[in-house]
Amino acid sequence: MGAIRYSFGGDEHVFAEIDEEMSLEAFFKGMAICTELQKRRIPGVSEICPSNASYLVRFDPDVIHPDKMLGTLKEIEAKLGSADLELPTRIIEIPVFYNDPWTHETLMRFRERHQDPNSTDLEYGARINGYKSVDDFIAAHASAPWFVSMVGFVAGLPFLFQMVEREKQIEVPKYLRPRTDTPKLTVGHGGCFTAIYSVRGAGGYQLFGITPAPIYDPAQKLPYLKDFLAFFRPGDIVKWKPISREEYDRDIKAVDAGTFDLLIRPVNFSLKSFLGDPGGYSRHLVEVLYGH
Amino acid sequence: MAIEVIKPGLATSVQDAGRPGYYNIGIPLSGALDQYALRAANLLVGNAEGAAALEATLLAPELVFRAPAIIAVTGAEAAPKLNGEGRPRNESFAVKAGDRLSFDFMKVGARTYIAVAGGIDVPEVLGSRSTYALGALGGFAGRRLAAGDVLPVGTPGAGARAGRALAKDLVPTYPKSLELRVLPGLYFHRLTDESAKSFFADTWTVAPEADRIGYRYRKGRPLAFRERKQPFGAGSDPSNIVDAGYPYGSIQVPGGLEPIVLHRDAVSGGGYAMIGTVISADMDRIAQMQPNNLARFVAVDMDAALKARAEYKARVARLVASLQ
Repeated sequence: MGAIRYSFGGDEHVFAEIDEEMSLEAFFKGMAICTELQKRRIPGVSEICPSNASYLVRFDPDVIHPDKMLGTLKEIEAKLGSADLELPTRIIEIPVFYNDPWTHETLMRFRERHQDPNSTDLEYGARINGYKSVDDFIAAHASAPWFVSMVGFVAGLPFLFQMVEREKQIEVPKYLRPRTDTPKLTVGHGGCFTAIYSVRGAGGYQLFGITPAPIYDPAQKLPYLKDFLAFFRPGDIVKWKPISREEYDRDIKAVDAGTFDLLIRPVNFSLKSFLGDPGGYSRHLVEVLYGH
Repeated sequence: MAIEVIKPGLATSVQDAGRPGYYNIGIPLSGALDQYALRAANLLVGNAEGAAALEATLLAPELVFRAPAIIAVTGAEAAPKLNGEGRPRNESFAVKAGDRLSFDFMKVGARTYIAVAGGIDVPEVLGSRSTYALGALGGFAGRRLAAGDVLPVGTPGAGARAGRALAKDLVPTYPKSLELRVLPGLYFHRLTDESAKSFFADTWTVAPEADRIGYRYRKGRPLAFRERKQPFGAGSDPSNIVDAGYPYGSIQVPGGLEPIVLHRDAVSGGGYAMIGTVISADMDRIAQMQPNNLARFVAVDMDAALKARAEYKARVARLVASLQ
C-alpha cells in the first residue's frame, strides 16, 4: 500500500484512493481519516463517505477552498497513529435462508445473462471457488465473520468483506449483464464482496440467499431501526446464521408483527490482532457474539 | 389548502433544496435537479428559496386547486393553462378554488417547476421534503405523484402576490446543444490516450435513459481503458474498480460504452471507474436536457470551475435581489 492518491471530483468533492486493491488495512486507513475529519466538524464539509479502499468528501468551496480542504486531509493522513487500528464497533447475527425459492426464481429468470446458464449461482460459485458441494460452499460463506467496508449504492446497502486470509476469500464475477430485478433483502456476492440488497431493484451480484431481517425502513417499525431508518454502518461486523424455511417463515411473521429483533453485541475490533491470527481472532469475535 | 392530482404527468415529484448529510449510507442529496428554476419559482410566490415545490419531467401534470392560491411556473418551456386559458411562465398568478392547471408539451427543456405560496407541506424526513423514490423516502408517500393524490399546502408568506415576474435577463435559455464543463480526474488516467481525447472531441446524444439518478449519453466513440491485471476485489472488466464513492456529477462509463453523469438521486457508489466530474455550475443545465439533445464535454481546470461557480452564484444573488 503506497501513498494515498487524491483527486478532485469537480469543485465540490475530494476523492482519496487509499489503495487500488481491497484490503482491511486500506479500509481502516480511510475510516480513521474519515473519523478524524468528522470530529473536527469543519464548516463547509457536508458529506464524509468511507468506502472499501477509498473515501469521498463533499464540501462547499465557497466556505473552504479546495486546496485548503485537500491540505486538511493530507495533514490528517500524516498524523495517523497506530491507535487508529482499533475500532469500537458491534457484531451482529444476520439470519440467511440460503438457496431460497425467491432468489432461485429470479436467477432462473435471468439465466441468459449469466456466465454459466446451466447451473445455479450457488453451484457456479461453489465450483469456481473449489468447493465439492453447494453445502460446503454455504458453510464456508457462513463460517467466518464479515466486515462492513462500505454502505451505499442505494439506501442502507452494506458491502461486506470476508474476514479470512486472502487465499480463502470467496470471489465470483458479477453477471455478464446486470439483472433488471433482484428481490429485496437478497444476499448476493460479486468480486470479493457480499451485499444485502436493501431495496428491490437492478443488480449484478450472484444470488446466494435471502434474509428475513429488514435493514432499511423509512417507517422504522422494528426495534433495531428505531434510532435510524438504515441499520448498517461502515465498521459493523456480521455473522451469517444459515436458517431453514421454517425458521425463515417464523422470522417473517415476527417482522410483520413488529417483534423481530437482531442479536447485536458491542466489540472492540483490533486490526493488528486480526492480521496476526485471522482464524483465531474470528473465533474470538463469534464468542463475543454468542457470549461464551 | 390542498391540490388534487388529476393526471400525474410522466414523472412528477415533490422536491426542495435537498437532503445533505446521509450520502455515507447511500441516501443521496435529492432535491430539484434544476435548483435555479426551483429558487425562481419559490421567490415568485413569496416562499423561501428552498421550499418544497413540484418538479415535472417532460410531461407536466394536471392539477385542481381546492382553495385560492398564488402559484408560479418556471423551468422548461411548457405553456401553463388555467381552465384552458393561457397563463404566463416565470410570473406569479392567482388561482381560485376549483381551478384546473394543465400544460402544453415541453417544447424546450425537460423540467418544469410549479411553486405554490406556502410550499408543498409534506412531512420533513431527515431535514428535507424531497422525494427519493428509490428509497421510498420523503416527498408524497416516498414516490412520484399518482392520479388522486391530494397534496397539502402550507401557509403562504406575507409576500405572496400575483403579477410578480422574473426580469428577462434572469430567465435562462435551454439550448438543445450545449457544452458541459468537466474537471478530468478520479480514474481519468485509466483511459487510453486515444479515448482520453475522443471523449472530449465527440458530440454525445442524451439517451432515453436519463433521469434523476443520472443522465446517459451515447453515439460517441466507445471508450477504452488501459489493460492491466485487475486489482484484488475490483472485478474483471477493465472499466471496473474496487467499489468506491461516486461524486455528484461524476461520469462513469460501464463497459466503455455509454457515459453516465450522476445527478442528485445518484447511486452513492459502485464499481465503475469515474473519468471526471461535471462542474457544479453546469448541473442545472443537465437537468433541462431532453433525450436526443446534444452535448460536448469540455475539459476545464479547478480555477475555471470556481470562476463558473462564482458566476452562477452571482446570477442567483441577482435573482434573489430582484424578487425581494
